[in-house]
Formats: sequence, C-alpha cells, structure tokens
Amino acid sequence: MSQWRELTRNGLWSNNPALVQLLGLCPLLAVSGSVVNALGLAIATLLVMVGSSTTISLIRHQVPSAVRLPAFVMVIAAFVTCAELLMAAFAYSLYQVLGIFIPLIVTNCAILGRADAFASRQPVLPAAIDGFMMGVGFGAVLVLLGAIRELLGKGTLFSDMALLFGPVAANWQLTLVNDYQFLFFVLPPGAFFVAGLLIALKNVLDQHLAARAQPATVAPRTERRVRVTGTIK
Amino acid sequence: MSMMRASQLGAAPPTAHLMRWVIVATLPGIGAMTFYFGLGIVSNVLLAALFALAAEALVLKFRRRPLPPALMDSSALLTGVLLGASLPPASPWWLIGTGVIAAVVVAKQLYGGLGHNPFNPAMVGYALLLVSFPTYMTLWSPPQPLIPENLWGKISGTLPGSALDALSGATPLDAFKHKGEAVLASEFWADRPLPEGTLNAWRNVALAWLAGGLLLIGKRIISWHIPVSMLVSMTVLATLFYASAPSHYASPFFHLVTGATLFGAFFIATDPVSAATSRRGKLIFGAGIGVLVMVIRTFGGYPDAVAFAVLLMNLCVPLLDIYTVPRPTGQPKSQQRTGQGESR
Repeated sequence: MSQWRELTRNGLWSNNPALVQLLGLCPLLAVSGSVVNALGLAIATLLVMVGSSTTISLIRHQVPSAVRLPAFVMVIAAFVTCAELLMAAFAYSLYQVLGIFIPLIVTNCAILGRADAFASRQPVLPAAIDGFMMGVGFGAVLVLLGAIRELLGKGTLFSDMALLFGPVAANWQLTLVNDYQFLFFVLPPGAFFVAGLLIALKNVLDQHLAARAQPATVAPRTERRVRVTGTIK
Repeated sequence: MSMMRASQLGAAPPTAHLMRWVIVATLPGIGAMTFYFGLGIVSNVLLAALFALAAEALVLKFRRRPLPPALMDSSALLTGVLLGASLPPASPWWLIGTGVIAAVVVAKQLYGGLGHNPFNPAMVGYALLLVSFPTYMTLWSPPQPLIPENLWGKISGTLPGSALDALSGATPLDAFKHKGEAVLASEFWADRPLPEGTLNAWRNVALAWLAGGLLLIGKRIISWHIPVSMLVSMTVLATLFYASAPSHYASPFFHLVTGATLFGAFFIATDPVSAATSRRGKLIFGAGIGVLVMVIRTFGGYPDAVAFAVLLMNLCVPLLDIYTVPRPTGQPKSQQRTGQGESR
C-alpha cells in the first residue's frame, strides 16, 4: 500500500510531469487555451500513458537495451494511433480542433521519460499505477491551465464542452464576464506566463509546507542580489 | 552610503537625477503631441504615471522593501510617462492600467526591481497591449483641437465601439501599410488618404522628441551611440528599399518622422538597464533595433515595430555584453578574447 501512496504522491505532486519535470511542455502550452481542449488532450495522454507503461513493463525483459528507446517509441506510437482513432470516432469535432497535437503525443517526453525511467524497470502493476498517476498529474495541470487561460482570456469557463461530451453539454458554458477579451492569455505567451505562475505557486506551497513541518530551524535570510543600485536597508 | 567610491568622485549622477532629466526631456514631445492630438495625451501620461507609482508601491509592500528609496528614484514614474506617451490619445483607464501592471509589476518587479529587468518595462507593457487589444491600440485620432469631443467618454471607457471608430483615423504608417500591394506609392500619396495635416503633425512631434533627445545627449544623460546607430541603420535600410522600388516602399524620410522612430531612438532604446553597456555593444544594439524596425515595418504584420525591435534586441544584450567587453588600457589586442573567455 505504501508503494501506491508513494506513486500517487509522485505523479500528482512531488514529481509532477508538468510542474516539476517540465516535460511535455509543447502540448501543455499549445492546447491549454480552453477547458475543453485541455480536457480532450489530457484524456488522450492519460490513455496513452497507462497503455504504454503497462505494455513496456510487460516486454521489458525481451527488449535489448541498445534498441529500447526506438522500441518504446513504437509502443507509444501504437497507443497514440489508437487514441487518435478513438477520438476521431467519438469526438470528431474536438479531434479537428486539436489537430496535429494528438499525433504529437508520441513526442511528449513525459511519456517516454516515464517509460524509460520507471516502466522498463518495474513489474506491471506499479508501472500501470505510475503511468496512471503521471497521466492524471499532467492532465490536472493541463486542465487547470486551460481553465485559468479561458477565464482570463475570454471570461468564460467550460465553453464548447459539447465538442467532447455531445449535445448534453451544450449549455454548460459559464459566462463570468460579458463582452470581454484579453487576447494575451489566449495566445501562446499567456500560456508561458500562467504556467510560470503555477510553478511558482507550487514552489511557494512546498516552502510553506516545509516550513510548517520544521518550525524550529529558520535559516537566516541572505541577500542574493548581484547587481545593486541605490541603498538597501 | 557613507563613503564615496572613486568612480563617484567625478560626476556620476545618482539614479533619481538621471530619471528626472529624462522625464524633463519628454516634455517637448508630450507638449507637441498634446498640441496636435489634444488633452487625451495628457490624460494618458498622468494616469499612467499615477498607476505606475501605485503599482510600484504595492509590489514593494508585498516584497517587504522600504518604499521611499524606490519611489523617489522616479524610475516607475518614468516608465509610466513613457508608456503613457506611446498610447493612442485618450486611452481608456483600464487599458492604461493593464499596460502599467504588465510594465511595472511583471517586467520590472517580478524580475527583481530596478537594475534587474532584462526587458524595457514600458515596451513590455506596450507590446502586451498591442497584442491583446489591437482595436484600441490602433485608434489614433487625426489631429484635433486641444479639448477633443467625448474626451471623458473615451477615458472612462463608456463610449460605444461605433462612436470610437468614427473618431479614429489611421496613423501614416498604418495607412501606408494597408494600402494594398496593387496600389503604387505615388497613387497612395495622390489619393490623400490621410486627413489634412496628419503627416505634418507627426513630423513636428518627431522633431520635438528629437529636441528632447538632444537635450539628454547634451546633458550626458544618454550617450549618442544607440540613437545614432539606430537612426543610421534605419536610414540605410530604408534607402536601400526605397532605391530598389520607389513605387513600393515608403521614403527614408517617411520612416524617420512617422511612428515611434525618434521617440524610440532617444527615450526607449537608451534605457540604461536593458540596453547594452559597452560602446561597441551599444552601436550593435542600436543598429540591430534599426534593422528590426525596418524589417518588421516592411514585412511584418504590425504597422510600427519599435517596441518589438527593442524587446528582441534586449534579448541579445547579455551576449553583446560578453563579446564587446572593452579592452583594458595597455592590454595587447590578442589577449582580449582568451582572457575574457576565462573570466566569464
């Protein structure tokens, strides 16, 4: 059980692929313009991660280490193709919106990284759990980023959810501010900016938690400025 | 500081002194713009300055730093003034506020405050606004009386969009940019697409900025290297374009007096924090800005390019500073490279 908890903690927080390992940034930044795009890519990535981690763990004794990376990429590519076909079958309009970013899941380093660092050295069950938790950790950041960018950029949340969930979701859109558009957050620079703030927020929370865990030892604050203008008191 | 360093025994002026002289030198330009485009310019500058001081104070409070030294050095005030002067007349308050927050909070304080910002704060604010709110940022009104119609409605943001469109006109650069491939330059000028006096107004505003810039050089607040190399490289490139196809490209004179060319050359590119530091570095920095301005104006999607050009060259400054370290007096030339490589 403790292994479960460790893997969960790693995937969701302390070794989060998006906020700590900074892997898979390309889809993370490019597709997080709205909640529905982010959720679509998050689900596809999650499927691929679980499938490829499990499979790679199963074949780990048969693959010679010299060719392991190409072999892993082939496995991942097979699952990406599955995900792509599934999405084309069941959410065709979202499939068209996400476009090239679905095939590009193959190049998501978070997946290959976990395959090589974890799944290829572990039994099937831990590998599957690790793949699932890493996928959820990545997807959670992706959806959070999408929500923040959609809110700040267009003043809405959950718009166009029908693309993913069908006609049921047609009126899920929450409009928080009418007639509002802040293009910066819709465009790629806004993605970098919000992702940076999220990483900073995580580090602040970590520091806060660490400080609460050991309140007795307080390190003296040191001045780290290199170039100094004016007087500092 | 109780002791003076040797370098301060001469006349190395404190930051506040520099900043205040730059603010003084913006007055001719701001005055000329107010004369041609109305009190909307004054409201821009005042609002931006006010927001800049408030934003600076707020961040300093969050960072638990003492307020007076940072507020008194006038650097936030200057950022506000420069950003305010580059916005279209009578911009709505929320537009100015957003730009100032991007400039002071993000571009300056998040990077560590004055002296640590790699990018020119005012231009970060401007670029963010131009990318985010292109409709508002291209609403230049044609020359108009001192107190224009609907001044208050524009500033408070209560004027509907259709009324805004009716009041606005293209800048000369904007108009020339969107004349279309098929229209020859001579036909464009014969058509007189700009309201009467627009080009004159822009030329005189540019001359006023030039006067302020010359004051700064005369006072030794800025050195001549960046403005001169920027203007020379722009002129050379504009002349090449113009000579290759006069029917297609605007004349070098047009490029020098319209848009933010002279304002940018003397007041934006010369920011001591984000510009290159050595003399050779400054020459390359300025020339790079000039080339980028011409390239983006001619082939890019936006009519003016000074903000983007300055930000792009800001990115190159760390590299320029490494490769243009001045040779210490008495050191032979050949040792320069190797010594420098090791020390870095």
